[in-house]
Amino acid sequence: MLKDITLGQYYPGDSIIHRLDPRVKLLGTLVFLITLFVFGSPGAYVLASIALGVVISVSTVPFRYMVKGLRAIFLLMVITALFNLFLTPGTILFSFWRFRITEEGLRMAIHMIFRLSYLILGSSIMTLTTTPNQLTDGLETGLGFLKKIHVPVHEVSMMMSIALRFIPILMDETSKIMRAQEARGANFSEGGIIRRAKALVPLLVPLFISAFRRANDLAMAMEARGYHGGEGRTRMKPLSYHRKDMVAFAVMALYVLCQIGMKILKL
Amino acid sequence: MQTEIVKGTDITYEYVHYDENGKVDFSETALRGVSLDVRPGQFIAILGHNGSGKSTLAKQINALLLPSTGTMVVDGHDTKDASKLWDIRQTAGMVFQNPDNQIIASVVEEDVGFGPENMGVPTKEIWHRVKRSLKAVGMWEKRGESPNRLSGGQKQRVAIAGVMAMEPKCIILDEPTAMLDPGGRKEVIDAALELNRERGITVILITHYMEEVIKADRVLVMDRGKVVLTGTPREVFSKVELLRKYRLSVPQVTQLGFELQKAGLDLPDGILTIQELVTELKRLRGGSDGNQD
Repeated sequence: MLKDITLGQYYPGDSIIHRLDPRVKLLGTLVFLITLFVFGSPGAYVLASIALGVVISVSTVPFRYMVKGLRAIFLLMVITALFNLFLTPGTILFSFWRFRITEEGLRMAIHMIFRLSYLILGSSIMTLTTTPNQLTDGLETGLGFLKKIHVPVHEVSMMMSIALRFIPILMDETSKIMRAQEARGANFSEGGIIRRAKALVPLLVPLFISAFRRANDLAMAMEARGYHGGEGRTRMKPLSYHRKDMVAFAVMALYVLCQIGMKILKL
Repeated sequence: MQTEIVKGTDITYEYVHYDENGKVDFSETALRGVSLDVRPGQFIAILGHNGSGKSTLAKQINALLLPSTGTMVVDGHDTKDASKLWDIRQTAGMVFQNPDNQIIASVVEEDVGFGPENMGVPTKEIWHRVKRSLKAVGMWEKRGESPNRLSGGQKQRVAIAGVMAMEPKCIILDEPTAMLDPGGRKEVIDAALELNRERGITVILITHYMEEVIKADRVLVMDRGKVVLTGTPREVFSKVELLRKYRLSVPQVTQLGFELQKAGLDLPDGILTIQELVTELKRLRGGSDGNQD
């Protein structure tokens, strides 16, 4: 079961969204998030809903998968909404005991709920349709221009992809060490929070030691296979823009233009 | 005239440990005057129990470690020549013991492509090499899988494919089977043998399983940093008592043959396979009756 955990739950599929260049998806998500913050009118939300709806239906990812992501921030959404509802000053709609609900507060609360859930939906459509590897690849090539100001883009993305590869291995190892210690009477599930935290110390020490040993082995294996940084490296799966990526860029531009147009027309 | 692909002359190597202040704490001598020459296309096995220096020797060939004294020449390049480092690593590929710690990518085919990517091979050629290497070790069907879903033997075969994709002349396998079950061990050794027989790649196999070296052209036995015994598998395995002194045990059937011989049967030295022993025993019985029960 531990082996199935992947970072940013990828939903396998073969839709056009899945096949888009990861750089397009990264930029698209960024653009979408920015428009959410810049344009806040009801009209802008209608447009954003249409855009989101179209992308979700094209991606063939079931909607309940999307909603799963929302569940994680449900509490945050409720709290934000309540705070806005009761604590925004303005024209009072109705009041009971010492709570007052204002018109502005109501509007703000609805606004926040939409903004938060669209933020999550917008970014999870990217993680659900892009494998972690494509994502790091996209980051490396997409942010390649940062190399000019000496940001180690290649190194960072190499680190990210190695981390992704080793997460399940270290998870496995953790449960192995846990079982070994439980067999000798350790108790990870009882007692107060402090006791449980203390029980984790003897777990972390061997885990760290083995992680360092693995890192050492891996570095040697990489060197043995001729790894010497990003210089002079070719790619097995180079990223290149195709027609569908161009179309996606055009759709993106159209979306932004529509949002700006609506802002100007004050819709 | 240089014909050997790997030529080590009188190599010593010391592991130096430093204390917190960077001063020499103590040092251990892992190799004491080892010489080794391997001709292209050979299958060489290096045997030894833990701490005999066999892994240290393996790392010398790939220039991961440099000799303290003596020289190691790989395909005409001295490993001390830093400018030839990447040539050497390309000539002599290396497969390590722990399958998890040498697979870099999270998809099988991408891992095999890692070596060629580092060498700057063009994209199209990388795909050719990946395909060829994965097919050679019988893992082409698993190319899209995550390495975490493979068995230990399969992971090691992927690791071998990863080295093969760099098209080395020589592959060093540093205890590739130590962490595998018997089935996985056979898979890996068979894959290595096939590379040697079919493609003429020089294979240097480091192991402490005696069964794995039967098919080698030459066996070197190491003990405490020295090569103490060398010869064909038959020559080496005929010295049962001596091997025991080096804490190595011969294959079961060789052991049986040895015991029978000691008990007075007229058997030849160094029997390697069950078939051989059966044939010899039949000969002793006069070879007339073919009853086998």
